[in-house]
Amino acid sequence: MSQETLLLFSTIILLLPLFGFIVQAFFGRKLPRQGDWFETGLLFIGLLLSFVVLYGKLSLFPEKTLQFTFRWVDFQSVPGIRPLQIDLGIMLDNLAATMLVVVTLVSAFVHLFSIGYMAGDVRYSRYFGFLGLFSFSMLGIVLTNNFFTMYVSWELVGLSSYLLIGHWYEKKSAADAGKKAFIVNRIGDIGFFTGIMILFAMYHTFNFDKIFAAIGSGNIPFGSEKWLTAAGLLVFAGAVGKSAQFPLHVWLPDAMEGPTPVSALIHAATMVAAGVYLVARTYAMMTADALLVIAYIGVITAVIGATIAIVQTDIKRVLAYSTISQLGYMMLGLGVGAYSAGMFHLMTHAWFKAGLFLGSGSVIHAMHQALHHAGDHRTDAQDIRNMGGLRRRMPITFWTFLIFTLAISGVPFTSGFLSKDEILAGTLAFGSLSGHYLLPILGYVVAGLTAFYMFRLVILTFLGDHADSHRLEHLKESGKVMTIPLTVLAILSVFVFYSFDPFGASSGWYFQYVERPASVVPQALQGASLEAFEETVHHLHVPAILLSLFVAGLGILLAYTAYYWKRINADLVAERVAPIYTFLQRKWYFDELYHTAVVRLTIGVSRVLRWFDDRVIDGLVNGTAFVTKISAYTSGRFDNVVIDGMVSLVAYIAGFFGLALRKVQTGKVQTYIVFVILGVMVFFFIFR
Amino acid sequence: MPLQVSLTHYLFISAILFALGIFGVATRRNAIMVLMGIELILNSANINFVAFSRYGALNLDGQVIAIFVIILAASEAVIALAIVLNIYKMMNTVNVDEVDKLKE
Repeated sequence: MSQETLLLFSTIILLLPLFGFIVQAFFGRKLPRQGDWFETGLLFIGLLLSFVVLYGKLSLFPEKTLQFTFRWVDFQSVPGIRPLQIDLGIMLDNLAATMLVVVTLVSAFVHLFSIGYMAGDVRYSRYFGFLGLFSFSMLGIVLTNNFFTMYVSWELVGLSSYLLIGHWYEKKSAADAGKKAFIVNRIGDIGFFTGIMILFAMYHTFNFDKIFAAIGSGNIPFGSEKWLTAAGLLVFAGAVGKSAQFPLHVWLPDAMEGPTPVSALIHAATMVAAGVYLVARTYAMMTADALLVIAYIGVITAVIGATIAIVQTDIKRVLAYSTISQLGYMMLGLGVGAYSAGMFHLMTHAWFKAGLFLGSGSVIHAMHQALHHAGDHRTDAQDIRNMGGLRRRMPITFWTFLIFTLAISGVPFTSGFLSKDEILAGTLAFGSLSGHYLLPILGYVVAGLTAFYMFRLVILTFLGDHADSHRLEHLKESGKVMTIPLTVLAILSVFVFYSFDPFGASSGWYFQYVERPASVVPQALQGASLEAFEETVHHLHVPAILLSLFVAGLGILLAYTAYYWKRINADLVAERVAPIYTFLQRKWYFDELYHTAVVRLTIGVSRVLRWFDDRVIDGLVNGTAFVTKISAYTSGRFDNVVIDGMVSLVAYIAGFFGLALRKVQTGKVQTYIVFVILGVMVFFFIFR
Repeated sequence: MPLQVSLTHYLFISAILFALGIFGVATRRNAIMVLMGIELILNSANINFVAFSRYGALNLDGQVIAIFVIILAASEAVIALAIVLNIYKMMNTVNVDEVDKLKE
């Protein structure tokens, strides 16, 4: 396989879902089964090709970055400004190749799962079309080699997310959630856009490599290190919005109003990982200051997400906050320099979080069916307090869900243990190198919290007794299209696929192929060197593992004590620490804060602007209208009297002479002859 | 002293004839009479030509043109009479006062 073939395959993978979207948009409803098989089939073809590309890339060109570029805009000389040239293209490095598989695999299985979950939906074909659009945009982010297409795909991803969250737009909460997601993302995107503009203004190119090469040659933006940090952080602002990082994380839990497979695909596995991917792509230009900010934002996000997840009772919301928390982990990993670990966690998280969401979808689907069967329309099918004991009725869902939970909790022999452990080891190393000990401490606290709330979720949902034993009778395991994706994702959550050593991923293929890119920022702005960092990680590996095993075990034990053995009364504890409990349940009051600070302020400013419009602008417009009216009236009068008068006068004069001279025309030849002779005589007299 | 006939006399006669012709043309009601007035006008012109041929510088040219005018008058009379005949056929009259179609 040559490089061209690999690039061609990548392009095909990119365009397949777009083709599917176009077909679904125009012919979807006319196709048999509304075209679900078509869209899903395309994604599976893409998945197959992705495996081929990944294999080809890693086995034939492991060290090379394959690129294909073409000139999209070429204005040699724009008057007044410099020549404007925009190159677009796709880039395939090891990171992009692995991400290809992540995106197409999750996407393909979510498509398959949706066939079961969305059966009978009113906008069935449209749903699949939007899934295709999303997959296309996400692959665009993965494969791009420049900021331009990155930004376009970025916005397309936001759009398809908005469309899919609002899929059931008859529900006001769903429509509102879509709007919220879109608007909050816009805030981050303004930063992203500004960052791109700083870079473009300086380097006149969007291409990653060219920008990095320029920075590497010492040509930093506007000659100031602060500008370089600012550009990096502005680009990161886009990632904050898309990856639901503090303080823009508020949209993600609300996005759970969308269909559950959408939550699995977009709001757990892929789209929210796009921000992490963006930081990884631009990693080379991040200064140490910028990376420190990223690490702190990441850890704050992880803490916020994990603490809120403890008290949530909606199965999807628990998972949503856990997603926020895990995304924080990835950012933390990137921020402290554990680049490979962060990206590895992105991949493993994509599998098990997609699995968790699909599992919750399976549970919700079954609960809906059972409640529907019982004629109960009031009980919330997503509330874990209404569940329990589902293990006996839904064995496949339970076992796969358990595997995913073990993975996310960081229990050994799972993929999640490998990736999370590497991040924590990296954080610990960073802490010992730089003195920022808060990062590893909070990192481990969150690891314990994660194990606790995930097992709380599993125990309340699947173990124990069902809230209503009669209802349990009607609960049924979901169909094959839903259990197969769960099984595949569960298998992928086992350690052997990533490393043969269950206690360390650094010997695995991922760490071998996806390495931290060399920083291009000036030496003075870089953090600890890669060698020093890796050596420290190596030294701290064993303590890190023991510590993470300890906190995970503690979390699980606590969950069992409180919810399974019921040695601790959870409700009583909640009452004891009522202020904290309420604080967490109100999600740290972020929504209220934003409502007061941002929404109210915006509305206030809008009111003032409206008053200005009403009074000043409208006044000006009305004044202009009045002046025009007056002048029109005057000129109308002038026309009527003066101009018309003159015209009438001419006509009157003509008419007068006409009447007078009419007498002369008798029609008799003799008269005319007399006139002629008289005339001749007059002329004779005159010209004598 | 015998009366010496000079150019002035001829011109005088011619002017009288012309005036009579015009008078006839302008006042007669009958179309035939109008035509006869026209003949008088033409003949007054002939007298002038002949007179100038004798006393003036026209020489024989004047005689030739006079003969030419007589021929022209004859053909003009033919056409004019044909028109009058047609007018009579159409309107049953040769009174020029009643023939005032030109007014319309």
